[in-house]
Amino acid sequence: MDGFDLNSSENADASELQRMIAIEQQKAQFQAQVHNFTDVCWDKCMEGSPSSKLDSRTETCLVNCVDRFIDTTLSITNRFTQMVQKGAH
Amino acid sequence: MDGFGSDFSSGAGSGKMDTGTIMEQVKVQIAVANAQELLQRMTDKCFKKCIGKPGGTLDNSEQVTVMPVYFICRLMGWYMKCNFKPQIRCTFEHANVMLWDWVMLTDIFVCLLQKCIAMCMDRYMDAWNTVSRAYNSRLQRERARI
Repeated sequence: MDGFDLNSSENADASELQRMIAIEQQKAQFQAQVHNFTDVCWDKCMEGSPSSKLDSRTETCLVNCVDRFIDTTLSITNRFTQMVQKGAH
Repeated sequence: MDGFGSDFSSGAGSGKMDTGTIMEQVKVQIAVANAQELLQRMTDKCFKKCIGKPGGTLDNSEQVTVMPVYFICRLMGWYMKCNFKPQIRCTFEHANVMLWDWVMLTDIFVCLLQKCIAMCMDRYMDAWNTVSRAYNSRLQRERARI
């Protein structure tokens, strides 16, 4: 009986751990994407030399840049899927 | 993330490891990797912003070159703002003037460069935070649709 209890509690711990690690991995993936977006959108939106603060125009540009980048990614994915399906026939 | 794999296997071998301890290690490793990524990208961007072409020309930005900085700083007294102090003196008068100018030159150059880099780093963090918020709200909007 003791052996069974020990196994089940260890399994519970292991799956709880897996769940928590999966959450951390998701957070890490989010942050990796933010790094990519910031990299691309910095080049698009930051003009000239660094200023003493981020003005609203630049901030709007950054927000739009993220949205447009995601839209572009979705567009490409969809169109590519269509192309592959057409090619299959 | 390689360290993460080995930690896990050693824990399993030595018996039941505290879940809290493992999660601590995982979070720390992720945070370190994140910081390294941030620094690498920030350095790349700020190098490009503040240095431009190595030995490049002065425009109305903080990109600097040697001779125009000297003249402008002399005229406008900007070296005061940079808290600059000449360090090296020579004994020959001619050499004194030349060397003093060179020291002033490089000190101002360094000072302006540091200012540019500091501002650039702050702006990069601001941009990163803005992008993070934008991405987060976009994800929430997408989830709300489903």
